[in-house]
Amino acid sequence: MSPAAPAAEIASAVRSGRRSARDVLEEHLDRIDAREGDVHAFNLVLADEARAAADAVDAAGDKGPLAGVPVAVKDNLCTRGVPTTCSSRILDGWKPPYDATVIERLRAAGAVIVGKTNLDEFAMGSSTENSAFGPTRNPHDLGRVPGGSSGGSAAAVAAGFAPLALGSDTGGSIRQPAALCGVVGVKPTYGTVSRYGLIAFASSLDQIGPFAAGVDDAALLLETIWGHDRADSTSIAAPRPALGGGGDVRGLRVGLIAEMLDGEGVDPAVRAAVEGAAAALEHAGATVDRVSLPSTQFGISAYYLIAPAEASSNLARYDGVRYGMRAEAPDVAQMNAATRDTGFGPEVKRRIMLGTYALSAGYYDAYYGQAQRVRTLIIRDFDRAYDDFDVLLSPTSPTVAFELGAKTADPLSMYLCDVCTVPVNLTGQCAMSVPFGRSEGLPIGVQVVAPVLGEPVMFRVARAIEEAAP
Amino acid sequence: MSEYEMVIGLEVHCELATASKLFCGCPNAFGDEPNTNVCPVCLGLPGSLPVLNERAVEYALRVAEALGLDVPAESVFSRKNYFYPDMPKNYQTSQYDMPITENGALDVDGVRIGVTRAHLEEDTGKTMHMGGAGRIHGADYSLVDYNRAGVPLLEIVSEPDIRGAEQAKRYVEELRATLLAIGVSDVKMEEGSLRVDANVSVRPLGSAELGTRCEIKNLNSLRSLVRAIEHEADRQWELVAAGDRVVQETRHWDEERGRTIAGRSKEEAHDYRYFPEPDLVPVAPTEEMRAAVRATMPELPAARRRRYAAEWGIREDDARVLVDVPGLGAYAEEAVAALTGGATAKDVVNWVRQDVLAFINETDASPAELSAPMLAELAGMVAAGTISRNQGKDVLDESLREQKWPRDIVEDRGLAQVSDEAALAEVVDRVLAATDGFVEEFRAADDKARKKKRGFIMGRLMQELKGQGNAQVLNRLLDERLG
Repeated sequence: MSPAAPAAEIASAVRSGRRSARDVLEEHLDRIDAREGDVHAFNLVLADEARAAADAVDAAGDKGPLAGVPVAVKDNLCTRGVPTTCSSRILDGWKPPYDATVIERLRAAGAVIVGKTNLDEFAMGSSTENSAFGPTRNPHDLGRVPGGSSGGSAAAVAAGFAPLALGSDTGGSIRQPAALCGVVGVKPTYGTVSRYGLIAFASSLDQIGPFAAGVDDAALLLETIWGHDRADSTSIAAPRPALGGGGDVRGLRVGLIAEMLDGEGVDPAVRAAVEGAAAALEHAGATVDRVSLPSTQFGISAYYLIAPAEASSNLARYDGVRYGMRAEAPDVAQMNAATRDTGFGPEVKRRIMLGTYALSAGYYDAYYGQAQRVRTLIIRDFDRAYDDFDVLLSPTSPTVAFELGAKTADPLSMYLCDVCTVPVNLTGQCAMSVPFGRSEGLPIGVQVVAPVLGEPVMFRVARAIEEAAP
Repeated sequence: MSEYEMVIGLEVHCELATASKLFCGCPNAFGDEPNTNVCPVCLGLPGSLPVLNERAVEYALRVAEALGLDVPAESVFSRKNYFYPDMPKNYQTSQYDMPITENGALDVDGVRIGVTRAHLEEDTGKTMHMGGAGRIHGADYSLVDYNRAGVPLLEIVSEPDIRGAEQAKRYVEELRATLLAIGVSDVKMEEGSLRVDANVSVRPLGSAELGTRCEIKNLNSLRSLVRAIEHEADRQWELVAAGDRVVQETRHWDEERGRTIAGRSKEEAHDYRYFPEPDLVPVAPTEEMRAAVRATMPELPAARRRRYAAEWGIREDDARVLVDVPGLGAYAEEAVAALTGGATAKDVVNWVRQDVLAFINETDASPAELSAPMLAELAGMVAAGTISRNQGKDVLDESLREQKWPRDIVEDRGLAQVSDEAALAEVVDRVLAATDGFVEEFRAADDKARKKKRGFIMGRLMQELKGQGNAQVLNRLLDERLG
């Protein structure tokens, strides 16, 4: 077992009776008490519910693969009877009447859900500053952002509030905060983890995935949530992969994505870290070469048409009629408008407008249609690369964690945080961020990208990088 | 005013009679307590996702088979985006540029009416405006029932091939009979399970150009459809004849005032921003599904009418009601099969079209609940002269109401006709003998007087026979004696 596998250790100890789930939970609640005021990883800590769940695990016979492991879940995952806010005022007071499929699977595996973590409103952002409940701070430096949009989940794991967390990744929202917080974050292949109960941002790109301190724990959590779900028509019936095992990379062909390594705005320290990780893989028996994926340069442009277009439709349901907040107004149309005006924050409104425009009559082909064609080109670029390579390597984020407020005035600079992660969502393949080295005392993440359903080889490479990390 | 021609295309929304809704497992039922047949999916709760009901796909394939529509290898659901409180997601999951079926036709009285496409979509909920005369403007508040939200609809779009209000009505009747025959919908216009919008334009007779069209909504019956089209065509032609232009717009039929009223075109100028539904995958009907549909296709209404006409010697028009009323044809067929003696299929059809249909209309009974052998027995008794046609009507009525065999009713009421020739001859001779000089007076009389006298003696005979004498036999016996 690798040194950073607290979740696997906890589950094993709880299953064998060496520790109680309740004891494990109290230790984590103490840590939350001590530092949550500074970090603000959670929108809601579920201390009472978690204690009841931990006691139930202790009383149970068959305790499950995640027995007694505290898990923090992003607050865009539906939890029955517990407020689910998407860090938006518009869902004020709403409690889902059902659990997301991943939440059901966590509970069935004996996990203990400790709280709902902060995010950029409706997962739109890269810093967790776009939250109606205030920003989350990076546990490594409270003056800096944790990344986003799953910043709360990344920070919770980095601060030791929970050994595992769930996030969602639409354009990098798991991998980028994982990189900035120095933890492992995985965006699985599209369709392998059910989206049922994940409050949609951009349905064709959204994917739920794990955060953990180490690669083995991330694998454990991914194995738990993986699998076909009838309730999600886009979920695929891929058999659960065995993600455990070693980090043998001998004979693997690793491609360094040229455009992402040499791109404008890539911090030299970040580039050096990725090259260092590549050298370590080479040393361990892999072959490394550079590969060009020219179409990925258009990834951000395509993404910022497709994602807002889908979001403009997905977020239309927040109208004050059925649930959440409702503004007072003389008639229903004005009530809808006033509710949305007060309920949504500026970034959400910006993307709804962008997406509405992109889908409008007369613009559809030029914007949404063109973006879908670019998506096809990017898929072809990756397909060609996989003729010669088993996995690809790049920075996860061009920089380390930046200071709070540094990019809030300039949306485009914020969007560019995801330049290396976005292409993977457009293609549906899997990718993960693994910590490797530091700059200015802040963690750096290396992104490992693998083809659709390439999780087993991706985890082997990630493990090798983890083992070689300085 | 010179003559004009109407050009009409119809959009028929048909609620499919699946057990559950289009994208969730909630019951697809009419008339339940408001907001009881709902779940996270059909309420559009955050995080919920649609799963396509395969039965709805099968029903669409049945319609495709019946109307000769093509079924593309793949069809795609799209989102139609607009805000309305009875639409939980503020988009309707529908089909746009890739419908499940396209390019077929319906034969309406020998005329081919093209069917452009039929596509699947979800229904909306229902809004009720409280106060302010039930209209949205001036209402105090509105209530929404989401039971209907997510009910599967098939929108069947015709080509503008229809040339008159009556033909439009016939198209809907024929389509309704077809949908009913293939078992995909209960097609009740009054319950909204069949809804029709009409696109109407006019042009000078003989012109090949299309005029500007208006779409008429709120047509809740075939009667409204006919009246609305006639009114709208007149309105348009008056405009054209006066040198004005018809404005393309949506108009609502006002049944009370008998006219169409312009919708507020500004509010209805929607840009629906269609795009492919990312929560669903393309629909690709398998050859197995299509084969299963073909194997279970029933006889279609037109073929059935032709068969009745050919086998039973009736007019196709007379066969229509047997096809249009659910179960009536099967009932008639069973009765014909059970016939004995002298009655014919034509006799059965006449009884069904008049007396049985009147009973069904009055009591709302289903033909499936009626006993066809009882009808066959009744037809046989009338044909054999056991009872008269008028008596038959009474006996049939009681038989239908009480589920009683006609023979038993006739016996209980002592209705059976006396047809025995020897017995009747005895009565005729006795009455003639008792009426002094009648035969001589009759022979001496002119035609007019003879008729009168004959009526008189017939009355005496029936009096003697308590009305149960077979009139046919009596007339023949009288002929022999008075000739």
